Amino acid sequence: MNIVIAGAAETDEIGKLPGHSTLQLHLEAAENALEDAGLAHHDIDGIATVGTPGPVQVAHALGVTPSWVDGTGVGGSSFLFHVRHAAAAIRAGLCHTVLITHGESGRSRVGAPPFSRAPDSIPGQFEAPYGVLGPTTTFTIPALRYMKETGLTHEQLATVPVVQRRWANRNPRAMHRDLITVDDVLASRLVAYPFHLLECCLVTDGGGALVVTSQDRAEATGTAKPQVHLLGAGESVEAPMISQMEDLTTSKAFRLSSAAAFAEAGIEHADVDHLMVYDAFAHVPIFGLEDMGFVNRGEAGGFIAEGNTLPGGRLPMNTNGGGLSYTHTGMYGIFAILEAVRQLRGEAAAQVPDAELSVVLGNGGMFASAATLVLAGRRP
Amino acid sequence: MTTSSKPVPKPTPETRPFWEGTAAGELRIQHCRACRRHYFYPRHRCPRCGSGDVEWVTASGRAKLYSYVINHRPGRGFEDDGPYAIAVVELEEGVRMMTNIVGTEITPENLVLDMPLHATFEDRGDVSVPLFTPAEDAR
Repeated sequence: MNIVIAGAAETDEIGKLPGHSTLQLHLEAAENALEDAGLAHHDIDGIATVGTPGPVQVAHALGVTPSWVDGTGVGGSSFLFHVRHAAAAIRAGLCHTVLITHGESGRSRVGAPPFSRAPDSIPGQFEAPYGVLGPTTTFTIPALRYMKETGLTHEQLATVPVVQRRWANRNPRAMHRDLITVDDVLASRLVAYPFHLLECCLVTDGGGALVVTSQDRAEATGTAKPQVHLLGAGESVEAPMISQMEDLTTSKAFRLSSAAAFAEAGIEHADVDHLMVYDAFAHVPIFGLEDMGFVNRGEAGGFIAEGNTLPGGRLPMNTNGGGLSYTHTGMYGIFAILEAVRQLRGEAAAQVPDAELSVVLGNGGMFASAATLVLAGRRP
Repeated sequence: MTTSSKPVPKPTPETRPFWEGTAAGELRIQHCRACRRHYFYPRHRCPRCGSGDVEWVTASGRAKLYSYVINHRPGRGFEDDGPYAIAVVELEEGVRMMTNIVGTEITPENLVLDMPLHATFEDRGDVSVPLFTPAEDAR
């Protein structure tokens, strides 16, 4: 059974939304995605979401009584997992149309839970005592090791946000649009050496949602927008703490999830027109390019610095501006999927000409989890 | 006892031997008798081979600096420390753990990857936390 994304939308606005609760961000995104699909609440019989306030609250507030629920919460990649799980559930006949929602008041923190880590949890015992302060102090630790082993320079690392700002510059919805230079990045304040402020993702408010169903059903009911086809998907997890990764210079979950997705889709790297790699920090797209096999080990920094991922480059990447410049609510993964959908529909703000095949890689819980989707504008 | 407001880990049954070790000034980790390798963090079975034939051993305390960041935005209790190093170290026994590097000025120049370190311990309430400091002489 072929699976499609029939609806895809963000909240009306993203960025600073102190007037929106976390729940309202979910609901507004859901309403927009249903409208985008040309569907109504009663068409939905599956709900998937992560974090606050959870699938029961989201379903109830929407007036949906689902026959299938997925609350998989493995960080910002969860929505890619939800797409894969929804496809499996639809194929198994457990439901026919799934609504995946995200809403997060990451910046304004309206109706958002406090950050906390139980002192008797494993990370509470073996990470928290060392003054970690969320992803800026843990997700970033692999970078120096990677730099030592591959020769990646500070300037190459700083090139990642410079390149992505070139995309954001073309996108009116991006939070930061002014062009920047490597010198600007290196002159921005140190957050956690070797990371400067401009090498760290934004913190914003916003939401997004997707409607996933079978191609047959989408064609029978008719959808408002072109369908986007799910050709393949993969998921994996590695370690709950950065310190316990097998190798700090490569993500096992990136490698395994992308290999599974590419195999299911039956595609080669050269087939890919457009790439989204969840960029929480500047080194993550570098890991993504290498671990997915687009370049060889140690080559990603040069590949980006040479302009290959820029507008007009041969592998346009993070074309909304990414978590570094577009938006980053905390769990950014759904925004990466949404940009891929826009590109494949031909409705992106910074449209890649003739984008027919897109790959989305999402990480979650730092390098704890990852999932990969292969999406296409038409089925080959 | 100190009055530090830094986070204090709360031992659980499977981690208690580790924290009893740090209180005694020892770094105790687990060793699998079946595959003869060490592992960390504490678990009842070996994560590699699944054997339950595991034992607690005292590590040498010698380690090398695997990677780190220098954090400029302090966490709770670290406000007076200035920029501090959050590091992953690799013990001589082959396992890695997160820690802070202390006993040297925290600069990129002073913190060179693979430099030798040794364990030291900092009391926090009833618990003692393992930290690492540059070894006096490179081995």
